[in-house]
This record gives sequence, structure tokens and C-alpha cells, in this order.
Amino acid sequence: MKNIAKNALGLATLLVLAAQPAAAHRFWIIPSASVLSGENQWVTIDAAISNNLFFANHVAAPLQAMTVTGPDGEAVEIQNGKEGKVRTTFDIELTKPGSYRIATVRDMLAAQWKEGEETKRWRGPAKDFAAAGLKGKPELKVFENNSRTETVVTSGAPSTGALKPTGKGLELVIGENHPTDLFAGEKSKFTLHLNGKPAANVEVTVVKGDDRYRNEAGETKITTSADGSFEVSWPEAGRYWLNATVEGEGGEIEGVPFSRRASYTATFEVLPE
Amino acid sequence: MRKFLIAPLFAATALAGDISLTIEIPRLEVAEYHRPYVAAWVEKPDGSVAANLAVWYDVEMKDKEGETWLKDIRQWWRKTGRELKLPVDGVSGPTRPVGTHTITIPSKTTNLPALAEGEYRLVVEASREVGGREMLKLPFKWDGKAAAEASTQGKTELGKIQFSIKAETSN
Repeated sequence: MKNIAKNALGLATLLVLAAQPAAAHRFWIIPSASVLSGENQWVTIDAAISNNLFFANHVAAPLQAMTVTGPDGEAVEIQNGKEGKVRTTFDIELTKPGSYRIATVRDMLAAQWKEGEETKRWRGPAKDFAAAGLKGKPELKVFENNSRTETVVTSGAPSTGALKPTGKGLELVIGENHPTDLFAGEKSKFTLHLNGKPAANVEVTVVKGDDRYRNEAGETKITTSADGSFEVSWPEAGRYWLNATVEGEGGEIEGVPFSRRASYTATFEVLPE
Repeated sequence: MRKFLIAPLFAATALAGDISLTIEIPRLEVAEYHRPYVAAWVEKPDGSVAANLAVWYDVEMKDKEGETWLKDIRQWWRKTGRELKLPVDGVSGPTRPVGTHTITIPSKTTNLPALAEGEYRLVVEASREVGGREMLKLPFKWDGKAAAEASTQGKTELGKIQFSIKAETSN
């Protein structure tokens, strides 16, 4: 009897863990508008890591990690930045026509090992790994974590200069459809790359915002084709959150094998026809 | 081949294809009223723009601030506006007050006679600051010479829309 109860508890714990990704905190960057006309327009950005899309109810996104790239590929100044308790906000001025990319990119190694009974941890960029002198530590485990969270805003006609793939991590490659030219009732085709190569068979999750007002979040899952491409339908106007994550063997660093986790997250605005 | 045969015919009737467009801006009982931004264009069956006819917006505002709201004439902005250098001669114009407005667009502006025979749509889109948006589509058939006519009635931001292409202007 005791054993059964124990097993039941174990199973319940497992279920909770399994269900977690769906209810996990979501990192989002939301612009006040993604399609703009006229000259020298301003856009204000909200960013947070929250339970609901797009309501700041958990923790603010780190302001320091935000980067803005202009249509010419040059960095754009973040203005009036404020990192609050649950939400980060800042403004950008769109002084040139074209598309701007607002992103937080993280690329870190994390390690853990045992010293006696104690579990020790280290975090840092890959270039600092050797200097940390962790090789040979007991039960050493190393993880690479690469994530990109972004959104795009466009002044005038859409452009792709700011959206060029970097060849690092999981990222969206723009082909026939542009992320600031999305309309209800239409389909958009994009491609996912992992470290510069097509990311095949990757599950992409799309969730419409305002899930706070729905009992079911209503996630749509799409799997990328052999060439990394996937199509998203936009059933109705609104703001959408898209995420893809891959995990696996990462290779070796300083002779130490590591596992890899790469994720891509973006928000899109879909306008009514 | 066909184009070759038809081309001389157009030369003979150079004024065929002049467009007359009547747009009614309805009176709305709202607390805060701004004149709507309005755009009109001719669309091919595949949705691409065949001719840009008019865009009425606040052309007089300083620092081109009126252009800020052009994006709200959403389909026009997407299909043609965002590619244009504004203002466009013969297309851009100031917003219009409540009432019925008729404009004539010469065929040389639209180049409509050069269009292939087929089904087209006249599209009128209106968007009002602190207000709504309405888009009307009027299908018509163009064979390059015969007159075409269409009309419809808007529900919210637009009133009656009338549209005609002149067949031929005799002097």
C-alpha cells in the first residue's frame, strides 16, 4: 500500500514536470506598433518574462541585454530605458526607413560539479571556460545555452538588412514573408536555422496573446520540414508569440563533452484584413 | 500578339479610360470627430495594384506629421503606400469634409487603358482617427473600351461610392 502511494506520488510529480513547458514562463518583447508610416517615428517597447502573454506578471527582462539593430545593420540607441520589477520598458526612434530588430541574445555555458557533498556551479561565456579550470572536477556536467528573443518593427517598406542570420543558435530566416507584413486569414512561410544550417523536424509553438482571457492557451504546434521551413496560419488579428527549442549533444569544449540547448522566441503583430 | 492588334485602337481614343469617382463621407454623431483618411485604387484579380487613384490625408501638417497615420489605411499602406515617395502628384490630396466628393482621374494618370481585359476591383478604404475603418470593393469588368460602372453603399466610415470609366470622349 505504502509503495503504491509512493509510486502514485512519483507519477504525479513526473506529470507536473512534463506539463511544465506548456505553463513555463515566457520571455517576450512587445512593440507599441510594428508597422509605421511617416518620418522619425517613435516606438515604445515592453519586455518581460511572464506567465501570460503579454501581461507583465513575473519578472522584468534585463534591460542591459537588449540590443536594437537598424535597417543598415548599425546599433540603435535605447532611450528612456527603465527596468522595473516585473516589466522593462524603453523607446527607440526610427530615424531611417526599413526594419529594426530588437533582441536579447544569450550565449552562455553553465557547468556544475561536486565538491564533497556540495554541488558547485559556474556560468560564463565559452571563452572563459578554460580559465575557470573546471576540467577534471568530479561529476562535471557542462551545458551550452543559446537563446534569442526578438521582435521586429518597420518604418515604411519592410527590409531585411537588420534581420540577417548570424549563423549562431536557433534563428528565423526571412524568405518570402516578412515578420511585419502579417495579416489575418493569411499564411506565412519562414525558415529556422540552427548554427547557420536548416533546422529540420523542430517543433515550433505559436500562441496568440491575451491568453489570460482564455481558459485554454490554444497552442499551435508546427514541425519544420527537412529544409527547416514551416508555415504559420494567422486565424485572426492580434499579437502572437512563437517559440522553438532544440536540445541535444553539443560537442566538446576543452575535451569536456557538453549538452546544448538553443531556443528562438519572437513576437509578431498580425493585422486585420 | 493580341496587344499589338489592340494598341492602335487606344491611340485613336486617347481619352477613353478617364475615371470618375464619387465618395460620400457620412456625417457621424461621435464625441470626437476627425476627417477620415481615404485611399482609392484599382486592383487586379490577384490583389496587386493596377492604378493608384487617390489618397486623402492631412498633407498640410508640419513635419509631415499627417504621414504618421497613413499606416492606418492598412491595405493601401501595405499594397502601395509604403513603397511611395509622398506626396504623389495627382494622387495625394487633403482630407475631405462630410459630404459627397467627385474626382476625375485622367486616363493618362492611371494608365488604365493599357490594362489587359479582365475583371478588376475598385477599392476604397477609409480610416478615421479615434474612429473606425471601412474598406469597400467594387468589382468591374474592363475590356479596354466599353464604359464600366459600379456603385455600393458603405455602412460606417463610408457612404455611397460611385465609380465609372468613360468609354470614349467625343470632342
